Amino acid sequence: MSGVGQAVSGELIGEQQSSTGSAVQIMRRFLRHRLAMPSLVVLVLLLVVCFGAAVIAPYPRGLQDLLLGPTGPSPEHWLGTDEIGRDYLSEILYAGQVSLAIGLAVAVLSTLVGTALGAIAGYVGGWIGELLMRITDLFLIVPAIALIAIIVQGLGPSPVTIVLALAALGWTYIARVVRGQVLSLRERDFIDAARGIGASSVRIIASHLLPNLVGIVVVAMSLSVASAIIVESTLSFLGFGVQPPDTSWGAMLSQAAGYVGTDRVYLLYFPGLFILVTVLCVNFIGDGLRDALDPQGKQL
Amino acid sequence: MLLEVENLSISFPTESGIARAVEGVSFRLLEGETMGIVGESGSGKSMTAMAIMGILPRAATVTGSIRFRGRELVGLSDEELREVRGRDIAIVFQDALTALNPVMTVGEQLMEAVRVHRPGITSAQLRARAVELLDLVGIPDPERRIDRYPHEFSGGMRQRVMIGVSIANEPDLLIADEPTTALDVTVQAQVLDVLREVQQRTGTTVMLITHDLGVIAGVADRVIVMYAGGIVEAADVDPLFYETAHPYTAGLLASLPRMDRRSGDEPLYQIPGQPPLSTAWPAGCRFFPRCAHAVAGRCDTVVPPPVTVGADHTANCVRVGEWPKGVPT
Amino acid sequence: MITFVARRALYSLPVILVASFVLFWAVRSTFDPLAKLRQVNDPQAIQRAIEQMGLDRSIPEQYLIWLRSFVTGDWGVSSRTGTPVLPLIGEALWPTLQVAFWGLVVAVVIAGAISVFSAVRQYSIGDHILTGASYIGIAMPAFWFGLILIQTFAVWPREAFGLAEPPLFFIGLHSSGSSDPLDYLRHLVLPVSALMIALVATWSRYGRAAMLDALASDYVRTARAKGVPRRQIIWRHAARNALAPFVTVVALDAAVLLGGLVVTEQIFAIPGMGRLFLQSLVAADVYVLLPWMIVVAVAVVICNLLADLGYALLDPRVRLR
Repeated sequence: MSGVGQAVSGELIGEQQSSTGSAVQIMRRFLRHRLAMPSLVVLVLLLVVCFGAAVIAPYPRGLQDLLLGPTGPSPEHWLGTDEIGRDYLSEILYAGQVSLAIGLAVAVLSTLVGTALGAIAGYVGGWIGELLMRITDLFLIVPAIALIAIIVQGLGPSPVTIVLALAALGWTYIARVVRGQVLSLRERDFIDAARGIGASSVRIIASHLLPNLVGIVVVAMSLSVASAIIVESTLSFLGFGVQPPDTSWGAMLSQAAGYVGTDRVYLLYFPGLFILVTVLCVNFIGDGLRDALDPQGKQL
Repeated sequence: MLLEVENLSISFPTESGIARAVEGVSFRLLEGETMGIVGESGSGKSMTAMAIMGILPRAATVTGSIRFRGRELVGLSDEELREVRGRDIAIVFQDALTALNPVMTVGEQLMEAVRVHRPGITSAQLRARAVELLDLVGIPDPERRIDRYPHEFSGGMRQRVMIGVSIANEPDLLIADEPTTALDVTVQAQVLDVLREVQQRTGTTVMLITHDLGVIAGVADRVIVMYAGGIVEAADVDPLFYETAHPYTAGLLASLPRMDRRSGDEPLYQIPGQPPLSTAWPAGCRFFPRCAHAVAGRCDTVVPPPVTVGADHTANCVRVGEWPKGVPT
Repeated sequence: MITFVARRALYSLPVILVASFVLFWAVRSTFDPLAKLRQVNDPQAIQRAIEQMGLDRSIPEQYLIWLRSFVTGDWGVSSRTGTPVLPLIGEALWPTLQVAFWGLVVAVVIAGAISVFSAVRQYSIGDHILTGASYIGIAMPAFWFGLILIQTFAVWPREAFGLAEPPLFFIGLHSSGSSDPLDYLRHLVLPVSALMIALVATWSRYGRAAMLDALASDYVRTARAKGVPRRQIIWRHAARNALAPFVTVVALDAAVLLGGLVVTEQIFAIPGMGRLFLQSLVAADVYVLLPWMIVVAVAVVICNLLADLGYALLDPRVRLR
């Protein structure tokens, strides 16, 4: 009987197995993860080639070859050239700097804000916690992409405002996750014990809560990198994102959207593939971290 | 002979190696008798029950033989076993709250148990049978209660429903896997009474699995004591209590709270140490690391075979008759 | 149940009011409602507008003025088209509802089927392929997928086979003047596919997990012990239990679905709410943006309410209070 009754063995035998374990064990589990390790390698590679584009890219940034015009992939131009004869691979690498930087910046910013506010909401509770959570609820009832577009349009589109707009919504998800975890941690014995021996709130948060939040926060952060990259590309596609002369993968796709139905449609595929691979890698790394930090899948 | 289990072994692959949950278990069950299986959690008693029912997880490897009325069950297909399950052999699980489907009324669950083995039955007959079953297990006002959901019942009432589901087809063998563990002490006795009544009325054979020797004493004819995946002692109920032959059984008995001993000022006896992991049984007798009477060189070399110590009484101990009886200290 | 709905609607009202105030505030402080008039340079008209909207007063006061006219059905005039806002939104709703409805229905059916299949055949080749596909579905920008769909199923086959018209259309919801169901279907396939790809990917992963939970539960073990046939165990016992959390997630993703519509309608030139939003945003048409947000917020709140109702109907343990 496939599937049915599958987890019974885990239930009966699981109690005998060791649980989370030390940093070394976590590291080992992550390194052994079938998808996470290759993904980490690919992602690091992507970061290196994009941010090292000045050295690595085959052609200088924005170098036009109007005589050549648009060509398909060839030994000289691996991913072909665009309308005005720019090497598409080089353009993608430079655009990747913006896409990746936005993704990482949004993740860092929303993780910092979300973790801080989520921890406060969970630990302090009361009306402050209630208020914070009601604020995050407000963000749930309007489509994120619409809100972000309005904010960016209102502030004037630039990579910085895009990061701010994405983080303004991104923190709510992390805050909710962190709050939930803090609430459940607060009920555990070791927090009571710390309180019992007279530890201060700040001390309890710093030395007991935060270390136990690392796992969940790291996983949430990886998710937020992935969603930031996708939302940025969507924003740029809709015309409210990165504006020329800046460029990003989404902005390139927005350009290439006009090539559907022409012989230059190949230009549509490559930037999207870069987004796809990046987001896949980030998600797999997130999964790997989750599995490594919490092998029994109890909390995350 | 209703059931013959011979050399039954069950193993699972786990992250930390093969878990040998049950190894070399053999016993027989006579028609109409009540047999108790006692052991700590992880001793393999529930695994044995699930192997008899054929509801072990797919990952489990089962070897040995389970013959029900002479028919070999090990190796039957799921479809063939399905005919046996619920009709010839039925089981009562420990926690009726999770063992009953939360989104189906108890009536639906009772009727389903009947219908799967009697496809032609009319719905009026089904409902009447379900009401009858609820009445049989002592649930008041069954006509009304039948359309309620499990969460609307108390723990004891839920366990009665569970028993009703299991006896829906008047099985020849009823396995009760820790049927009272999740219940309050007062309710435990009532549920055991229901089981006993059911047995008297239908003459079904009962296999009662528990970690509580006290429960066994009042109900069982024969007892098997399991430890770390194997049988350590098997006897009729009186010899087991009064002519205990295995140190583990003695330890279990000593850790029972007793009326005839002064309680309160004297702490209950505890067997020292922890049961071993099923992925790493100790060599030799599996109880030897915790045994007060173990002798190096004899107990830690070979798995002790059953030694006959009386009529239908065996103990798997190389020092049978040598170790000093009485309360261990 | 009626009291539950009433109570929840009552609870939702302040949420929507607060949300509308925050939106009002955000929009007023970033967009100039007089921008259009300033271009024409008509001081009298500007003065009239300032008095009408109370632009010389504080934001809360402006909000109250706006709210009063909004609830009385006076939604103002679009600065972009010069026509009343209420019918503008009303007309945009219908195409959006169609795409949303079909997207939702098809996505739920497909995600549900995948969930059950993947969970029952956990770790089979089919499960691995579907899980892999769901990873890709989640990691892809939906608009990119939509564009690739257009190229692959509309543009390319027409050119390759020299067809008079593409097998699937990618502009609007009808050919002009046509009410042929087949024509409608050929218009719907691509936008609905683009809209639902990410939803199917997320929901099927969630559904698979819920289904695996159910399959590993004690009541499924009981059903097996009763001798219930496998098919009935899967559908009557496991799927019925997995349904409640699944439905909740589906309904809670309503805002995501509406966000997806903005992109889908843009790609496929569907004259719905999403396009109206983009056109209004480009034109800084605050007169449309605010009511748009509120209509959408109300829709999302209704979906959340439906989620709670659905959960309570599917799980008898939940009482509606």
